[in-house]
Formats: sequence, structure tokens, C-alpha cells
Amino acid sequence: MSACTDNWPEVEGAAKTVLGEDLATQIAEFRSQPHPESQLIAVLHKVQQKFGYLGVPQLDAVAQLMRIPAAKVAGVASFYHFFRLQPRGRFMINVCLGTACYVKGADRIAQKVIEELGIQWGETSTDGVFTLEGSRCLGTCGIAPVIMIDDEIHGDVTPDQIPVLLEKYLKKARQEKG
Amino acid sequence: MARKKKITLTLDENQLTVDEGTTIMKAAEQIGIRIPRLCYHPDLSLAGSCRVCIVEVEGMAHYMASCSVPVWEGMVVRTNSPEIRRARRDIVELLLENHPMDCQTCERDGRCELQNLAYTMGIRERLFQGERKRHPIEDSSRSVVRDSEKCVLCGRCVRVCAEVQGVFNLSQHGRGFDTVVGPAHIRPMDDSVCIQCGQCINVCPTAAFLEKWSTSEVWRALADPELHVVVQTAPSIRAAIGEGFNLPPGTPCTERMITALRRLGFDAVFDTDFGADLTIIEESHEFLARLKEGPLPMITSCSPGWVSFMEKFYPELIPHASTCRSPMSMLSVLAKTYYAEKMGIDPEKIYMVAVMPCVAKKYEARRPEHFTPSGKPYTDAVLTTRELIWMIKCYGIDFPVLSEDEFDSPLGTASGAGDIFGTTGGVMEATLRAAAELVTGQPAQRLDFTEVRAVEGLRDTYVAIGEHNIHVGVANGLQNAKTLLDRVRRGEGNYHVIEVMACPGGCVGGGGQPYPPQGFHVLDPELLKLRGQALYSIDSGKQLRKSYENPAIMELYDNYLGAPGSEKAHHLLHTHYSPQQPRGIK
Repeated sequence: MSACTDNWPEVEGAAKTVLGEDLATQIAEFRSQPHPESQLIAVLHKVQQKFGYLGVPQLDAVAQLMRIPAAKVAGVASFYHFFRLQPRGRFMINVCLGTACYVKGADRIAQKVIEELGIQWGETSTDGVFTLEGSRCLGTCGIAPVIMIDDEIHGDVTPDQIPVLLEKYLKKARQEKG
Repeated sequence: MARKKKITLTLDENQLTVDEGTTIMKAAEQIGIRIPRLCYHPDLSLAGSCRVCIVEVEGMAHYMASCSVPVWEGMVVRTNSPEIRRARRDIVELLLENHPMDCQTCERDGRCELQNLAYTMGIRERLFQGERKRHPIEDSSRSVVRDSEKCVLCGRCVRVCAEVQGVFNLSQHGRGFDTVVGPAHIRPMDDSVCIQCGQCINVCPTAAFLEKWSTSEVWRALADPELHVVVQTAPSIRAAIGEGFNLPPGTPCTERMITALRRLGFDAVFDTDFGADLTIIEESHEFLARLKEGPLPMITSCSPGWVSFMEKFYPELIPHASTCRSPMSMLSVLAKTYYAEKMGIDPEKIYMVAVMPCVAKKYEARRPEHFTPSGKPYTDAVLTTRELIWMIKCYGIDFPVLSEDEFDSPLGTASGAGDIFGTTGGVMEATLRAAAELVTGQPAQRLDFTEVRAVEGLRDTYVAIGEHNIHVGVANGLQNAKTLLDRVRRGEGNYHVIEVMACPGGCVGGGGQPYPPQGFHVLDPELLKLRGQALYSIDSGKQLRKSYENPAIMELYDNYLGAPGSEKAHHLLHTHYSPQQPRGIK
């Protein structure tokens, strides 16, 4: 039997390919300092910054290079609201669920968006165009209920305006794709 | 050693003095009060998450978790009052509310900690009604089935997997109502770093983890007149099976077990100890060859949980693993070759059942290395001790009053060296008995090597054999094994031989053993010791204590295999390993 049954070089190489040289170097730096495991969340932030979300291959690669069990890495990533486990859509929809918007019927707005796109909170539509999030207050209570798509605020919305509004962004996404 | 400071407190009107650092729960136990508990386990880290063990402490605004609060001077504790009983009952009732109402059809019925708690708390009606979590049953693994609907999120499985086994395959994922326990990304168990040891099953208070049952196919085989159904039982079954029938732990039950197996309808009852004797002989020859040519140390490979751990976590150590098949697989191979030929039975008509203390054996049996040339497994079905106990109960056999019976020949004749395989250090002790004779050419003077029995989990010692001073390592529980394996990886210690058993205490503490009887907790060292003692008493009570003197083994070599390590022996009795994905992080 050949003496070399160690698959670490391949595992490490594959992990570096997934994360890229910049993140691999960063992790190596963390690992040279005491308590590198305490940097896990910092590393996950950097990965999300680079890829827009934390996919299974990225999380597994972080686990291997940080030498932190994958179950732990995935557990941390799925616990915190800030971390996204699915790719982000082209447009980010933020339905305000703050008190003022709620009183003015934000739940019906939200329900309409969920029906139209067929996705739940935190999910991305299958065509990759929209990601749906809720937020607590966008500070524009005067025009409640409010829905924000990327940086654009839409006020005084009613549920039946939602399909028209979404179509506008869909068209934009189609144009971009050419 | 500095003497510990003493603390005096009042607990339920009793004044008592305990060591500083004692928790309220432990202090209460000293005066005979067992506070109800769920997530607490004495051998695992503290979680303090279930809140079932709450007590009232005078001057504190909230109830306190007695498992995690150390006592202080002058503390006044009440473990019982109408309010505290009600609060505890509410906590358990809320857990029940998010749990299936299927006790009658559940595998743990009658042996479920949640059910027992509900009874003890006095829950006689269900007051809360609400949404219940829904998760599919995950049964991709050969060994372990995960049913998250039954999970109460106590986290004992997560802790045993990480702290005792060093595997860390499980974690809690998500948050709040959606929290679920599983491998990374809630992957199928089969596609995770799970090593199939089944300790999650042992520590689970409910049925969120269970072994994959094989009883249906065994009943079917027993009812098939075309099949010659053969059974083998591992050493540690006889040391634990009695617990399933309210016999005191540590009662050796070899003879009653054989009678029960015959009643169930098995055509031949063989002893895995025969396979163990054979493993010893092949392994001691392999060891002698390695003493000359390396690589050393040689690491034992009987424990399939350990083999899986090695392939996922320490693939670089594969060249050190003994190539011997496990005793179970050796015996299964011989049943379908040697025994079939000897008896004139078509091997295709032999159905081989193995009763094992282990759930990883279910996985081992399905590894392609252990398949016949026609592509079928040598071991057709593996039952755990728990499954066999259930089959005996299902049949209606009154186990405690059974008469005595003996194993069948030729694969049922075994030395005492085979019996002790079931407990920590047993493989090592049996190997040393054999190796001592091989090296010196003289009959072994010593039979007992008590120094290699790693009751505390880890042993590192030297044993003199002839002119060699053999450096021996023994570990049970993979977190303990890591200590030895890391030394080997770093090239330290110059070990000659290392025994690794995946489960605490060795096979007696396997993932397929009975749930603990009244008065013991899961993985209780006292319980494991009693099971181990049963095996030592069987060994010392035998005339035949050395594998080399087993006449059935001698006959096997003379008439069938040739010499130990011969080409035929190598072909039939040895195997190989390869690195497995996903790679575990050690």
C-alpha cells in the first residue's frame, strides 16, 4: 500500500479554489494568531461581502481552512439574521413592517408580494430577480405603508399596485440581460 | 492538595455542608433528592437550556437551573413547592405540545425520558394547543435514523458527538421555532462526517435518533424454509442482554441467549468470539511482520466506527490500520465458505445474521469490501442488542427462566480471549497473550494484562514481551483516541500497537446496547464496568483462554486456510481502507 493516503492537500486546494486567494490568505493570517476560532463570524462577513451570500461550498471551504467543524460553521451561519444562505436577487425588496406601516396594512402588502413571487421571507425568486426581506422601520412613516426596492422608496402602496410595480423592475432586469 | 472550602446551605429544610463548587443538583443528590432533569448529563458539558431542573432560591427573583448554579454560603433552596412543581410541569407540557402524540407506536414507548418526565410531573391532560414543528424523517444512513419532530433540542446528541467522540457532526441549525439538529446544512447523515457510532441514539432522551431496524428482514428469513439462517453474537451482547429482561446489570447470559436464539428459529448459533480468536491469530502475525518491516504502530481495526473515523478524519493513518477484517466479518466470510463447504450447503442459501452492540456494524456489513464474489453481503443483516431483546419479547420468550444451551460447532467454539474483545483493552490483552508466545516461542506465562484495560478512556504503557518492550496505547471514545493518534501523526512516542474502540468503554458501551436500567444513566461508567466484569468473569471461568489453543481454529487452519497469513487467509480474512469524503475536521 502506498504510504500517502492523506487527502488534505486536495481538500485544502479545493477549499482555496472556492474562496479565492484573498480570503484564503486572510484566513491563514487569522490562523497564525491566538484563538482563530473567535474570528469565524468575521470570516463569514468577508465571504458574504465577496459572494453576496454564504453557499454550501463556501461554508464547507471556510470550515476546512479555519479547521472548525462544518456543523458548527453552518450552525452559526444559519443562526444570525444577517447571514444570507441563498444568492441575492438582482433587486432587494424590503417591505416595511414597522408600527406605522403595519397599522396602514403592511401585512396585506407583504402577503401580495409573497403570492406574486411565490417566495418566503429571506428567499430569492427562481428567476433570480428579487429577494424579499422585511424591515422594522424605514423612517418614512408619513407615506406608510412603504416598500423599498433597492434604494427606491415607494409610499402609499396598495396591494393591487404590487404587480405593476414588480413588472417595472422585471422589465429592467430583462433589459439588463439584453 | 489544598482542601476544598466547605459551603453550608439549607435545602428543603435540611442543613447540609458540601464542597465549594457543588451545584444545587449535586447537593440535593447528597440528601437523596433527585431533581428532575432533561438536558443535563454528568459526562457532558453543561447546557442549562431545558429548565426542567429549576428550583426556588430565597432572595432570587427567578427560578434557577439547579444543574448549573453552584451553591453559596447561607443559600436557602426549595426543590418542591406548589409553584415550582407547577412551573416544571408547564415547561415539560410546553415541550410535549411541540412533540408528536404517538407514544403507543413509538420505539421508545416506556423507555422515553420525556414520557417519564411527563408522568412524574403529573401531566394528565394537554392544555396547550399550537403549531407543531414538521420535519421529514431522515433515513439515508445505514445505521442512524434522524426524526427531528421528536427532538426536544436538549443538545445531548450535539455534545456527545463533539465532546466524547470528537466528531462534531451535529449542531443546532436556524433559530427559534425552526431550530433543528442535524449535520452541516442538514445534509443527509450518509453525506456527512457521521461515523455511525450511534452514541446520539444512546444519549437521546426521546426517539429523535434511532438505529435503522433490520428485524423485518430477519423475521422474513426465519420464516423462509429455503434459507439456512445462521446467527452470530458479539461478546458484549451476553454481558448486556439481561438488562432488557430486568436482570441485574453484569449478569452473564450466554446460555440463555443461545436458547432464545434457537427458539427464534435460527438453524445455527455461532459465536463472534470464534471470529475474534481468528482475528487475534491473523493480527498477531501481522504485528510480527510489522515489527520487522513496519509501518508501526499497528492500529486495531475491529471497531467500524473507528474505521469510519479514520477514513474521514485521519486518512493519513490508513497504512497503520490492521488489514484484518473484524471478527464479525471474518465469521460471516467463513460461514459462507468453510462452513458451507463442510456442511454441503449452497452459500447462496445461507442467511447470515449478526447481533452486535453496535450500529456501525450495519454500515460495515454493507461495505462492498465485505461482499461475496456474487456481489451479496457476507453479513445479510445486523441486529443491535436492543433489536434482539425486542424480538425475544415479541416472540413471547420468558428469557430469565430459559435453560442452558451451547453454541454450535465449528464456528461457535471460542477461547476466553475472544470474550474480552467486548471491553476496552480486550483486543490488546488477547493480542498480547498470543504475541507473547509467538515472539518467545514459549507458552505464555501471563494471561491477564490488567494494565491495558483503559477504564478511564486512555492508557499509555509498556509491556515486556521476550526481549521487546512493547509500547502500547489503548483508547476508547474517539476524543480520547485523538490524543494517541495525534502523537502518531507527529511521529512521537514510537508506539508499537494501539487499540482504538470508538465507543466509551469499548463495545460494552456501543451505540446498540440497551438503554440504561433504573439507577444508571446513559454511558454510566459503573454500568460499563459491570458489563465489562461479566466478560472478564466468562474469560477467567474458561479452560480455554488462548486463541492459539482453540481446537476449532486449529482445525480451520489445518484443513482449510493453511498457515496464518497464508494467501488464502489473506484473501478471505483481510480487507483494505480508503479516504472518505467529506473530510472531517479534527
